[in-house]
Amino acid sequence: MEQLKTIGRELAMGSQGGFGQSKEFLDLVKSIGEARSKAEEERIVLLEIETLKRRLSEPDIPKRKMKEYIIRLVYVEMLGHDGSFAYIHAVKMTHDDNLLLKRTGYLAVSLFLSDDHDLIILIVNTIQKDLRSDNYLVVCAALNAVCKLINDETVPAVLPQVVDLLAHPKEAVRKKAIMALHRFYQKSPSSVSHLVSNFRKRLCDNDPGVMGATLCSLFDLITIDANSFKDLVVSFVSILKQVAERRLPKAYDYHQLPAPFIQIRLLKILALLGSGDKQSSEQMYTVVGDIFRKCDSSSNIGNAVLYECICCVSSIYPNPKLLEQAAQVISRFLKSDSHNLKYMGIDALGRLIKISPEIAEQHQLAVIDCLEDPDDTLKRKTFELLYKMTKSSNVEVIVDRMIDYMISINDNHYKTYIASRCVELAEQFAPSNQWFILTMNKVFEHAGDLVNVKVAHNLMKLIAEGFGEDDDDADSQLRSSAVESYLRIIGEPKLPSVFLQVICWVLGEYGTADGKYSASYITGKLCDVAEAYSNDESVKAYAVTAIMKIYAFEISAGRKVDFLPECQSLVEELSASHSTDLQQRAYELQAVISLDAPAVESIMPPDASCEDIEIDKNLSFLNGYVQEALEKGAQPYIPENERSGVLDISNFGNQDHHEALTHSLRFEAYELPKPVMPSRVPPAAVASSTELVPVPEPSYARETRQPASLPSVSDAGSSELKLRLDGVQKKWGRPTYSSSASPSTNSSSSTSHKTTNGVTQVDSVGTSNSKARDTYDSRRPQVEISPEKQKLASSLFGGPSKTEKRPSSVNHKASKASTHTSEKSQAPKAAAVQTEVNSEPAPDLLDLGDSTSSSSAPAIDPFKQLEGLLDQTDVASNVNHGTAGAAKTPDFMGLYADTPVSGLGSSVGDLLPTNRDEFNLTSELSNATRTAQGGVTQFNKGPNPKDALEKDSLVRQMGVTPTSPNPNLFRDLLG
Amino acid sequence: MIRSVMVINTQGKPRLSKFYEFQPVEKQQELISSVHGVLSGRAENVSNFVDAESIFGPDTRLVYKHFATLYIVFVFDSSENELAMLDLIQVFVETLDKCFKNVCELDVVINYSKMHTVLDEIIFGGQVLETSSTEVMKAVEEISRLEAASNAISLVPKSVSAWRSR
Repeated sequence: MEQLKTIGRELAMGSQGGFGQSKEFLDLVKSIGEARSKAEEERIVLLEIETLKRRLSEPDIPKRKMKEYIIRLVYVEMLGHDGSFAYIHAVKMTHDDNLLLKRTGYLAVSLFLSDDHDLIILIVNTIQKDLRSDNYLVVCAALNAVCKLINDETVPAVLPQVVDLLAHPKEAVRKKAIMALHRFYQKSPSSVSHLVSNFRKRLCDNDPGVMGATLCSLFDLITIDANSFKDLVVSFVSILKQVAERRLPKAYDYHQLPAPFIQIRLLKILALLGSGDKQSSEQMYTVVGDIFRKCDSSSNIGNAVLYECICCVSSIYPNPKLLEQAAQVISRFLKSDSHNLKYMGIDALGRLIKISPEIAEQHQLAVIDCLEDPDDTLKRKTFELLYKMTKSSNVEVIVDRMIDYMISINDNHYKTYIASRCVELAEQFAPSNQWFILTMNKVFEHAGDLVNVKVAHNLMKLIAEGFGEDDDDADSQLRSSAVESYLRIIGEPKLPSVFLQVICWVLGEYGTADGKYSASYITGKLCDVAEAYSNDESVKAYAVTAIMKIYAFEISAGRKVDFLPECQSLVEELSASHSTDLQQRAYELQAVISLDAPAVESIMPPDASCEDIEIDKNLSFLNGYVQEALEKGAQPYIPENERSGVLDISNFGNQDHHEALTHSLRFEAYELPKPVMPSRVPPAAVASSTELVPVPEPSYARETRQPASLPSVSDAGSSELKLRLDGVQKKWGRPTYSSSASPSTNSSSSTSHKTTNGVTQVDSVGTSNSKARDTYDSRRPQVEISPEKQKLASSLFGGPSKTEKRPSSVNHKASKASTHTSEKSQAPKAAAVQTEVNSEPAPDLLDLGDSTSSSSAPAIDPFKQLEGLLDQTDVASNVNHGTAGAAKTPDFMGLYADTPVSGLGSSVGDLLPTNRDEFNLTSELSNATRTAQGGVTQFNKGPNPKDALEKDSLVRQMGVTPTSPNPNLFRDLLG
Repeated sequence: MIRSVMVINTQGKPRLSKFYEFQPVEKQQELISSVHGVLSGRAENVSNFVDAESIFGPDTRLVYKHFATLYIVFVFDSSENELAMLDLIQVFVETLDKCFKNVCELDVVINYSKMHTVLDEIIFGGQVLETSSTEVMKAVEEISRLEAASNAISLVPKSVSAWRSR
């Protein structure tokens, strides 16, 4: 009987050995899959929770069952329901000796608990024990949990064990230990700061996996402080070189590229280390150039490495040859049909444009295409690029585009962002005041509630102060145009509150200033506003104050005031308002209009909003009153912090607080005093600071390195390299690779440089890639470019007519505008303006005009076309021979149906990649292709076609997705 | 750093979710459903990248891949390369495919804990740990083997499973 039960249980499990689930779990999944509505799903899950609660409260649950419950609970929690009643059971399960149960327990707790959960304390002890276990899987499971569950308080408890594990014989453990250490560093830098040397040591680990993991940690460390790792530049360069030369085990090849993920990580690190450091950068040029040439641009991952190269090139000290290579890659990206590559191209262009602004001009049409692309991601990236290349000559077009886009989207987060971008650009580059005000009006009209209130204040300030040109005429003209535009807008429904405030304020100050509009007209409008937005108190307050100002100006100008009936009713309404602020304003208004002209003029002088009001912070005018009171026997004032009773209490509170802080748990008796580490700088900040490193263009052009100097540089590099990293070489290199290899690499590198030196793009990159380019080239001239687009291009990238006029005056204005901004934003903005001014004297590289752009468009080279043709046949034959053909189809997962299957007949053996990638996720696949695939997969380790078919039909029957009509779920599976 | 990995089906049901920085359960649901909202609104032939700042906070982006009924989504910050993440999804899926022999949504649902095992071998504490799917497979197979060995119940004779598969 007992045995039968066991067999039954075994039957219920899937075919996945230790990972199998019971029938009940499958039932749960099934019923949730079948649920027709969210409510039904909810009901099922709640029922399941009830069941689990009941079961878990039973005594003596068999361990196996318990594991099952925990898994079900994890599932339930993933669906968004609270499973906290069973956390303790998961914790208990981590104590179990059985590996399967222990792992399940760790999985559950690391999904359930946060690092400051109360139950963590119960796990720490188990983790400590497991980290010392002989079974490396137990250690791995514990390390996994460590990453998720240990916080800065508990780090000391496990730190020694984790450090010991860095020397574990299993590379899987070393790898995870280094990651765990890195995690500690993220969570509490001070507790592991004395262990940083371990990261350096692990860099020389003889397992590439461990080395790769170490790179992640080093990347973070270097992001925080690049200077203390400058000595590693040589090592990184040499590792990168070896990786690129395929000295790592074949297992790390990915789509026939040697360890691309490690290459990417290394390039990222080099970018950080070489930023603004000429000496370090020079050591990198050769290897980065090599990668540019070697990288296969037909695969996704190859492009990822190329992109990273561009990032690196644009971050390190500029090298013209590398920049040229980078520009070539960018143009390939932008011309690609893949949106992903376009996206990367735009991003890369944004990086490179800081160093060589002229490259944007070649790609203007591509950029505009991206701008008009339906893909939002791409569009936003393009706006980012445009933002970076905005100048006074193209600001109008760019900001107009941004506003158009802003109006078209609903995503508030991005709307806010792009609105602030518009404001920033308008403030910096506005070609005219008129334009500025109109632009701001648009921004406020469409995103008013999302814009920072400060911007509104800046706008008011700007209108009030004018543009500081000592030209009162211009200022008053500006104001009257502002008033006019606001009177036009004011009638529109549903204006944002902030915008209305600006309107009210401007109308109040300047509505009657030029005498064009009568006071009653303006006040009438203001009353309308107050009425239309009657539930917005701040608008009402602005409106009533504006009315007061207008009447005051009228009175002080000696004109007779006729109080409009709607004003009267508004004031009456407000003086009975719940808001004391509104009441006060209403009463003030009434008081002001009853005064005579001289009094009103001293209260409300016209156009005096910019005059400083002196505030007497000491309240010295009250001294007399205080004196009088004291003489009458009043108690003198004691400042709050000197009052004795209060002092005691607050001190007490402080002490208590201290107690609480020091009352944390200690896992060890004493620790050595630790040096204080600077807290982690957010990466974003660092990134932006590196971006801001000024790279004066003319200087690098002069310092162009001559090819002749190359050998010496790499010589120096390699000799130093021998000292540092011979360990690494021995471990991965072929036995032949030793110090003697350095001359040969030298020569090879210099020759390769010669090839890149040639002006034409003769590539050693690989024929496939030249083929790709050729197809673009040949296609390109046929594409008709609409005149509209061309016009846009010329306005974005500089047309001949616009270039000359503005720069000087606008820059002047720009700096003015920025001084208007509030103190907070002042510093960065001023800096930005500064750089803008600096770059101004240089010839405007982007404004080369249309004629040059068209001539620089690549002409069709008949030879290359021929090459392209040859190449195509090449590829075809490759497929037939089943050699590298498979690798050339760019995206395997791009889901079958098309090419690779056709020519497979004889080539099955070698086509591993395609088969491996064959995905059975589509059930819609036609049967014909399916059998074809089946035929192919036979030769692999994959299942035979019959299996595939069965599985496919099973999936369809199962209806894991609720749309499936078939209710016969799981019948086949469960028998 | 990688912030999160999600597997969501086209109906918006989570099939696997892992957050490398702790998120309370309700927050997880909210994130998943807003990610699904964004993804389901995207057309077929657009890029695989989405700016995720409105969902996950500053400096986050998201790469997704759409397979039949599933979206596989990685959320990460600027220290990672978008294209490389796309390929990491590929590695993940390739590994699953090797594990389950033509993986499908059903496999993903049923073998919930195995999915986690695979993922843990690829991404560890938010960092990319291993990028070679053969290595990952080796590790996962080793784990299954040892787990099975430590499990007394699995001593049931092999003939039983043979009998069952008839």
